[in-house]
Amino acid sequence: MSTRTFRVWRGDAEGGDFAEFDVAVNEGEVVLDVVHRIQAEQAPDLAVRWNCKAGKCGSCSAEVNGMPRLMCMTRMNLFADGEPVTITPLRTFPVVRDLVTDVSFNYEKARQMPQFAPPADLKPGEYRMQQVDVERSQEFRKCIECFLCQNTCHVVRDHEENKPPFSGPRLFIRAAELDMHPLDARDDRREAAQDAQGLGYCNITKCCTEVCPEHIKITDNAIIPMKERVAGDRYDPLVWLGRKIFRKGKSDSPAG
Amino acid sequence: MSDHRNDANPGAADVEHLACDVLVIGAGGAGLRAAVEARLAGKSVIVISKSLFGKAHTVMAEGGAAAAMGNVNANDNWQVHFRDTMRGGKFLNNYRMAEIHAQEAPDRIWELETYGALFDRTADGRISQRNFGGHEYPRLAHVGDRTGLELIRTLQQKLVSLQQDDEEAGEPAAKLQVIDETTITELFVEQGAVKGAFGYRRGTGAFMAISAPAIVLATGGIGRSFKVTSNSWEYTGDGHALALRAGASLINMEFIQFHPTGMVWPPSVRGILVTESVRGDGGVLKNAEGKRFMFDYIPEVFKAQYADNPEEADRWYTDPDANRRPPELLPRDEVARAINSEVKAGRGSEHGGVYLDIASRRSAEYITERLPSMYHQFKELADVDITAEPMEVGPTCHYIMGGVEVDAETAASKVTGLYAAGEVSGGMHGSNRLGGNSLSDLLVFGKRAGEFAAEHAAVTEPPKLGDDEIAAAQADALRPFANDGENPYALQAAMQEVNGRLVGIIRRAGELEEALTELAALKPRIDNVTAAGGRAYNPGWHLALDLRNMYLCSVATAMAALERDESRGGHTREDAPGMDPQWRRVNLVASLDGGELALARQDVPSMTPELLGLFETSELSKYMTPEEYRSTEAEDA
Repeated sequence: MSTRTFRVWRGDAEGGDFAEFDVAVNEGEVVLDVVHRIQAEQAPDLAVRWNCKAGKCGSCSAEVNGMPRLMCMTRMNLFADGEPVTITPLRTFPVVRDLVTDVSFNYEKARQMPQFAPPADLKPGEYRMQQVDVERSQEFRKCIECFLCQNTCHVVRDHEENKPPFSGPRLFIRAAELDMHPLDARDDRREAAQDAQGLGYCNITKCCTEVCPEHIKITDNAIIPMKERVAGDRYDPLVWLGRKIFRKGKSDSPAG
Repeated sequence: MSDHRNDANPGAADVEHLACDVLVIGAGGAGLRAAVEARLAGKSVIVISKSLFGKAHTVMAEGGAAAAMGNVNANDNWQVHFRDTMRGGKFLNNYRMAEIHAQEAPDRIWELETYGALFDRTADGRISQRNFGGHEYPRLAHVGDRTGLELIRTLQQKLVSLQQDDEEAGEPAAKLQVIDETTITELFVEQGAVKGAFGYRRGTGAFMAISAPAIVLATGGIGRSFKVTSNSWEYTGDGHALALRAGASLINMEFIQFHPTGMVWPPSVRGILVTESVRGDGGVLKNAEGKRFMFDYIPEVFKAQYADNPEEADRWYTDPDANRRPPELLPRDEVARAINSEVKAGRGSEHGGVYLDIASRRSAEYITERLPSMYHQFKELADVDITAEPMEVGPTCHYIMGGVEVDAETAASKVTGLYAAGEVSGGMHGSNRLGGNSLSDLLVFGKRAGEFAAEHAAVTEPPKLGDDEIAAAQADALRPFANDGENPYALQAAMQEVNGRLVGIIRRAGELEEALTELAALKPRIDNVTAAGGRAYNPGWHLALDLRNMYLCSVATAMAALERDESRGGHTREDAPGMDPQWRRVNLVASLDGGELALARQDVPSMTPELLGLFETSELSKYMTPEEYRSTEAEDA
C-alpha cells in the first residue's frame, strides 16, 4: 500500500476547481477503486458515474491525466511512482457535477437515425446468415457506448457549432453495422451517414480508434469503407445510372 | 457550488407529476422487454432506468440465453429444457414457470433477430448454441462472450424504433418515455392496488411522482449486499423491498447463487465474473496440486449424467451422444461448493481460489475467438494471458433465486396492478438457476409482465395520487440530509461484512442467528444514516436511500436461511447437510407485518402428471417423498 495524490475536478455547470486528495492505493487497483476510496473516506458526495467496474458497461468515462479513458480499466501501475493523478470530466459534454457529464447528445443522435429494418419476407426463426457475414457488423456491436470516441473527436471536442450536423464515430459505426447487416432491408445507410449524420466532417485522424476500449477499428473498418462507398456510388457514372434504373442492392462487398 | 436544491422542506411544488398506463421500473432486459410489449399493446409507457439507458446489469451477462431451438443438436426440445431446469433448481421451481419458460424461450430469441440482434451462427446459417452447466444439449444462443450486451442493445434499439414509429404516426413523445438516472423510492398503494410511484432524478435531485394503474418491477437483484459480488452498484434489492413495502410477498430468499468462478486476484477485481463458457468450451478446474478435482464431487443425483473419468469427459466435447458430460459442467451450486471445499482443505491457489485452465487444452486462436472479453478482462485487469496460463477463480455472489412471488402465467404479484419479471421475481429457478436461464427468463417473463400489465391498465381507471402521500415520500427521501448519523459507505461495508461472514456460501444455524442479531443492531444506524452535500448527483445520498432496501433483503435472506434446516441449491447448511424431501414441498414466504418481516411456510405447487412423466421414477425418488412419486407410478400403470 502507498499513498498517492489525486487531483479531481469538482464543480457544476456554473464552474469549479480541482480538489486534492491524498489517498491510499493498494496493489492491483484501478483508478476507479481509488475514486471510490475518496468517496467512502473523504468526499461522500463526489459525483462519479459507474456501474459494472469490469469494462463492460461504458459508464465511468473520464479524462485521466488528459487521456480519455474508462476509470475501471485504468490500472494504477500505469503511472510513475509519485506521479499525481488528475481526473477531469469528459470535455465535449456539459458538466452535470464533478466527474459526471450530460451525455444526452449521443442518445439524441441515436434517436434520429433509422433503426434496423427487418426483411418483409422472413418470419422470426427463418433468418439465415453466415458467421463470416455477421462478423463485420458484430465488431461494431461490441460498442459499450462509453462515448470516449465522441468525446475525443476533434470535430465536436472544441466545436459546439458542429454538434447539430455531426453524429460522431459512435453513430458512424452504427450506420456501418446496419449497412453491413446481411438482412437489413434499407439500402440508404451510406447516403444517410453522408447526408444526415455528417460523415463528411470526419477527416480520418483516427483519434476515435485510439481511445476505443473495445479496440473497434472505427476508422479503418467503418468510416473509411463508408466514405469510399459513398464516394464510389456518387461519382461512378455506371453506378449512378444503375441507381437511377434499379433499386440498389446490398450485395457489394466493403473495401478492403 | 450552489446547494439551492437542498431545502429540508421544499414543498409539493418541487415535485414533477407524470402519468402513464404502464410504469416499468428497471431498464435491464426484463424491463425493456416488458416496455416493448406494453407499448405494442397500445399503452403509454414510462421506463425508469436507475443508470443511463443501456447500462443495466444485463450487459454483464456473458454466456448466452438458453432456448431449446435444437439448432446444434436436433434432440433438444422444450421438455428436455424443462427437465434440466427442474433438476438444476432441485425440484423446488414453480413448475409452471419452468414449463412456460422452456416452451416460449425459442420464440423470444428468434424475435430478437427481427429487432436486429446478431447472434453467432451455425454452419447452416442458424443461431449457434453452446454448451453450459446443467444443460443436456448445446442450448445457449450467444454472441462470443458478450451476449448480455447484445440483448440490451437490441432491446434499447427496439425501443428507439418504437419511438420513431410513434413519431411518424403522430403520437406524442410521452407514449414511450425512458427516464434515465432515476431511482424509485416508494410505491403508492390504495386498497390493495398500486397506483403510482415516487422517485428522484440523480442528476438534479429533483423529485417525481408518477401515477400508473399498472407497474412492472424489473429491478434485478441484491448482490451489492455482499462485498465479493459480480453485480453492479444498482443491485441493491430495490424492487424486492418496494414490493414488500407495497404488501407483496417474497419467496425463496434463502437461495443465493454464488457463481463458482469469479476473479480472485488482484483484490480490486475480486468477484468479477469469469464466464461459465470457459468450462463449456473446454476449460477445467485444478487445485494447487494440479489435480482435476471435480471428479471427486459428483453428487449421487447427477451420477448418471456426468463422467467419472477424464477420458470420457474429454471425449464428450466431440461426441456428446456417446459420453457423459465433464463434471466441471455440473450446476453452479455444486461447482461452487467443490471449490470452497478444495480451498478449505488447503489445496487452493496462491490467492485463495483454484485454477481454471483452458490454456493447456485449447489453442490460443480458439480461446481468443470464443472468449474475447475474458481474454481482454484478464489481460487488462490482472495482467494474465489466459491463452498461456491458468486463471485463479473462486465463488462470487452472482444471483438471487428468491424474489417477488408471482403468478406463473401473468407475472402478477399479490398486489393488484403490480407485476415482477426477471431476477426480482422468484420461483422460476427454484433453489438454483442454470447458467443461460436468466437471459431467457427475462425475455419470456418480461414479455408476459408487459402484456398483462397492459391488459390490467386497459380495464382500470387512471389513479390519482394524494398530496399527503407524495409529501410523506418526499420527507422520507430527504431524511438523510437532516440525520446526524454515520456515513452510508461505512454502513454498507458493515452490512456486506455481516452477510459475507455469516450468510455466505456455507451457513450454520448459530451464525445465522448471529447475523440476525448483528443486522438488527445495524437497523437504527441505517435509519439514522447521513447524507452530506447537496441533492445534485450525490452518490452518498443515493446510497443512503438504497441501504434500507439492502437491509430488508438481507434480513429476509438470513431469516429464511435459518428456518430451512436442509441443504439445497443455493442454500448450504453445514449443520443440516443433504436435501430433505419434506423441505422440497415447502416455499418460505416473507412479507411485512406491521413493519417487521415475517416468514410463513407455503406448499410448492405440485407438478402435473404429464410433467412428472418426463422423469424416471428412480430420479424422482431422490428428490420427492414416496407418496409424491408413487402417484406417477399409478399413472404409468
